[in-house]
Amino acid sequence: MNVTIELTVNGRAHRLDVEPRTSLADALREQLGLVGTTLGCEHGVCGSCTVLVDGTAVRSCLALAVQARDADIRTVEGLADGDRPHPLQEAFAAEHALQCGFCTPGFLMLLAGALADDPELDRDERRLEEVLASNLCRCTGYAGIRRAAVRAAARMRGEGERDSAGHAG
Amino acid sequence: MGDMKPAQFDYVAPGSVPEAVAVLAGRGPESRVLAGGQSLLIELRYRTARPALVVDVNGIPGLAEIAVEDGSVHVGALVRHAQLERARFDDPLAGLFREVAPYVGHPPIRARGTFAGSLAWAHPASEWCALAMAMGAGIELEGPAGRRTVPADSWFRGRFATACLPEELVTGVRLPRPPAGAVPAFAELRRTHGSFALAAALVVLRLVDGRVDWVRVGLANAADVPLRAVEAERLMVGEPPEPELLAEAAARAAAEANPPDEPHAPAAYRRHALATLVRRCLTRAVRARHEHPGAA
Repeated sequence: MNVTIELTVNGRAHRLDVEPRTSLADALREQLGLVGTTLGCEHGVCGSCTVLVDGTAVRSCLALAVQARDADIRTVEGLADGDRPHPLQEAFAAEHALQCGFCTPGFLMLLAGALADDPELDRDERRLEEVLASNLCRCTGYAGIRRAAVRAAARMRGEGERDSAGHAG
Repeated sequence: MGDMKPAQFDYVAPGSVPEAVAVLAGRGPESRVLAGGQSLLIELRYRTARPALVVDVNGIPGLAEIAVEDGSVHVGALVRHAQLERARFDDPLAGLFREVAPYVGHPPIRARGTFAGSLAWAHPASEWCALAMAMGAGIELEGPAGRRTVPADSWFRGRFATACLPEELVTGVRLPRPPAGAVPAFAELRRTHGSFALAAALVVLRLVDGRVDWVRVGLANAADVPLRAVEAERLMVGEPPEPELLAEAAARAAAEANPPDEPHAPAAYRRHALATLVRRCLTRAVRARHEHPGAA
């Protein structure tokens, strides 16, 4: 039996009619057309489906859409400010932190959540690595992604443009 | 990817424990309880679980608290792994939670998954299950016949099998507080960063006047169920923690294990790993105590 839920996605209110078995990821992709959220493994391992639920980065394949009742969801489509990319998106481009791009939305949302929780995450190398190890990238490896995280974190703190070596750019 | 979609089920989100128990009293055997969902969703996707009804308890108030009481700490059924990772209350258990939590899943998994859910799932490699076993936790249940508490050593009945009846709801877990000054240590071996524990060891130890005064040793993935290595503990109590004694205790703990033979980990290899992990934990706990003698 279908369930009707109301939720906010990227600032817009939606009313959805979902089967209880529908995952949050499938509801976002198939019912709202937000296909920026990608599905890799569909069992919580790869992290490509990571979105923010009430500000916290979670696997949208491991949550039911019905559990998102009244929740505030943010997906990669909600990251940019109009035509202006988010600092994380700019940093990923600048640091070559993606190749095929399939995992990128998940990494962006993972970092958006982690940096909102702790804006100085990049200053603790071990903790940053622990966060990045949540998701899988099979193209570039993690060095570029880590550089992008460091660059974006500094920029988001208003420390201006710095290159990956930490010099003023 | 069609293979990874769950089969159909009905969904109900009770607003209180009595409401949830009433649902389970009627449909328990065909139901599964949804808390963090970080294991249940996987089972639903693989269809190793095909419940007719999913009972979502996330809307029940009062289950998400960690309560520090006189002799024990109570962890509500909806306390997430991430809450335990940030535990700051004044007790050795807080240090133990902080030490173990980073080994449970990843940060996004830890944001949703629950401590009590891990105990209800009863994966043999679960770090929290080993902790519950070693610390003598009591698992609190509510069902049509009322409330009861099941001690950890009769809770785990096998791989993914517990003493919980289909009509019962886990409402929380009570952990006795270790003596002040006890020091926790945890060590784990896994094939990749994202793998389950191939083997893991947990130690909580207190030294008084240069002798082991109180010690607990827990093992994960050392058998079908989590283990407490009581013989290893007995060997150490009252003795000075010399390296030879710690090595002997570690070997005894490994001998108490009954690890299954698996392609990547023959039983003998896993025993060897367990002995090494236990020895490392014991050494670290003893050293930490000596380095911080005022840390009672």
